[in-house]
Amino acid sequence: MIHETTPTTQVALNMGPQHPSTHGVLRLELMLEGEVIVGCNPIIGYLHRGIEKIGEARSYPGFLPYTDRLDYLSSASNNLAYVQAVEKLIELEVPERARYLRVMLLELNRIASHLVFVATFANDLGATTAFLYGFREREPIMDMFEMWTGARLTQSWIRIGGVAGDIPEGFAEAARSFCAMLLPRLQEYDRLLTGNHIFRARTEGVGLLSRDVGINYGCSGPTLRGSGEPYDIRRAEPHEVYDRLNFDVVTDDSADCMGRYRVRIEEMRQSVRIVEQCLSQLPAGEVLARLPRVVRPPEGEAWGRVESPRGDFGCFVVSDGGPQPLRVRIRAPSFYHMGALPEMLRGWKIGDVVAILGSLDIVLGEIDR
Amino acid sequence: MSGLPAAASGLHSSLLTWWADRGLPPWVFDAIWMVLMAAIVTVFVLLTVLFLVWVERKISGDIQSRVGPNRTGGRFGLLQTAADALKLLTKEDIIPECADRPIFVLAPFLVFVPVLVVFLIVPFGEHWIVKDLNLGVLFVVAVSALPVIGIFMAGWGSNNKWALLGAVRAVGQAISYEIPLILALVCVVVFAGSIRIGDIVSAQRDGHWFITRFPLQIAFLLYFVAAMAEVNRVPFDLPEAESELVAGYHVEYSGMRFALFFLAEFAHLFFVAAFCTTLFLGAWDGPWLPPALWFLIKTYAVILVIMWVRWTIPRLRIDQVMGFAWKCLVPIGLLAVLATGLVAAVWGVP
Repeated sequence: MIHETTPTTQVALNMGPQHPSTHGVLRLELMLEGEVIVGCNPIIGYLHRGIEKIGEARSYPGFLPYTDRLDYLSSASNNLAYVQAVEKLIELEVPERARYLRVMLLELNRIASHLVFVATFANDLGATTAFLYGFREREPIMDMFEMWTGARLTQSWIRIGGVAGDIPEGFAEAARSFCAMLLPRLQEYDRLLTGNHIFRARTEGVGLLSRDVGINYGCSGPTLRGSGEPYDIRRAEPHEVYDRLNFDVVTDDSADCMGRYRVRIEEMRQSVRIVEQCLSQLPAGEVLARLPRVVRPPEGEAWGRVESPRGDFGCFVVSDGGPQPLRVRIRAPSFYHMGALPEMLRGWKIGDVVAILGSLDIVLGEIDR
Repeated sequence: MSGLPAAASGLHSSLLTWWADRGLPPWVFDAIWMVLMAAIVTVFVLLTVLFLVWVERKISGDIQSRVGPNRTGGRFGLLQTAADALKLLTKEDIIPECADRPIFVLAPFLVFVPVLVVFLIVPFGEHWIVKDLNLGVLFVVAVSALPVIGIFMAGWGSNNKWALLGAVRAVGQAISYEIPLILALVCVVVFAGSIRIGDIVSAQRDGHWFITRFPLQIAFLLYFVAAMAEVNRVPFDLPEAESELVAGYHVEYSGMRFALFFLAEFAHLFFVAAFCTTLFLGAWDGPWLPPALWFLIKTYAVILVIMWVRWTIPRLRIDQVMGFAWKCLVPIGLLAVLATGLVAAVWGVP
């Protein structure tokens, strides 16, 4: 027998940190038998900037722009988690209009982030055209952000006590026309990708993450909902005005890459619904509560929790009564998803690594902090 | 030297007389003449390749709703690829320290040369064929299988695991898809009754293209799919899968060595489309227009479809690619050969 006389050995393969499909500077140490993955060891830290430690040396409002750089595809959710924690500490009442605007900003960020997911996921599978389509649809959102906040990516617009400024004239129309444009474009995606035989062959049944395993690893967001668990912070612990808005918590029972993809596509439709409701329900009034010149929360600790596009994004702030936090701790959902990665990869092939990793939609900015 | 354009043929015979008058051996003249013709074809192919790269960029730009090259060489960026080729020529020639030097250096040429050699039997027009070998089809099968050796040498000589993985994929894929490809050729040969390219073309004259004859449509589809795999195009671009293997077998190559792989890929694309035209679409056969123009129109139509597919669909996985070849294409190929044989035996070849 050939395989008895010529023993094969496992090969260690370094994937990253410079690799087009590791979504940033992640390094995967893969153990291979031929093309089959027998082991995987994710190595992180290439993007470590010590953001949590920086939080201890900045004033409460001064730390806010740093949170933008965590999950850079959805900076509003990072802002909101931090701001929520601080607002809980100082027991601040946020104006009604600002709450709606926050939700709107968050949902637009979610659509933008999911569009990048669709784009990169398709690109990982070799469909380069869908990659550009995703970014094409994201562009109007970026323009809207620029119109409203002056920034496209790192907005820092959600502030302690509300949002930094009201929506400008013409924004509501731009948002409505964007929503009307996005829905048919999503159908186009369904025609181009979701129903494509090759796309389905590459994603269906690939990278299974059962509900229980997902919960044990601390997964959340679309990754967990793609395994059939209807867990969504927006429903489980409604923040801002989510309890007044109509939307469905999307789940998919297939627990594979396709399920996670479908959840995100459907979530974009739900986000469109939320944005439209926000626009029609938007009350008049102030958008920023009055704050003292120097924020000095009383001694204590607080959690801010937000359903970010990636999942349960949390920010824990401890105050000793001074002008700077004593400790800032960030719970990044991607970190937990990456923990489940080695288990999901075992037995699949190199081509599936990029598919499974892509379906988790990790952002290294929040993993490394 | 019957298979040359009429004007060249006249020039050839008068030059040969001049040569023989001086008592020089005629085989030397033949050799020089062949080299000259081959050089003309090579230059033509290389220019076509530069043009094809530009076409691909423009087409992908259109499909992806962007502009594509639009600066170098006028509004349509016509000189973009020429500029890129120049850039690659002037780049530093880097050979990795741990690479297996002779193998690494030799590999790009072994990929590039066979791809050019097969153009010797492409009938660009009536009599416009460098050498109408009596073993034409067999020659193509033999020579176009050679680049995979160069690809494997590139992967092995680079001493890089990603390159090796790409090379292993390339070999597996090339060998698997060679079989349906050859089965498709067998169908054509049964109908043409010859493996000489000239005979295959003349069997399709006056609109009796093989694609119109049952059951050669199956063979056509078979050839088309297998050819896409042979030239490593999406959905079969696994040997170089950018998002998986970064660049596959040529990951360590840069500068002109990389350009050779790149040019070879497009030259190969041009060849499979030209050969597809020769086998199924009646080669240069067509009304009104000059034959050579017909040939190019058909070839470009095939190329455009291949490019369209590339920019539309995702990539298969390696086991799916192999499974598709062995479980789907090979049985279909065998059935196609059987059907072709039956049709030819029962009704005879029209």
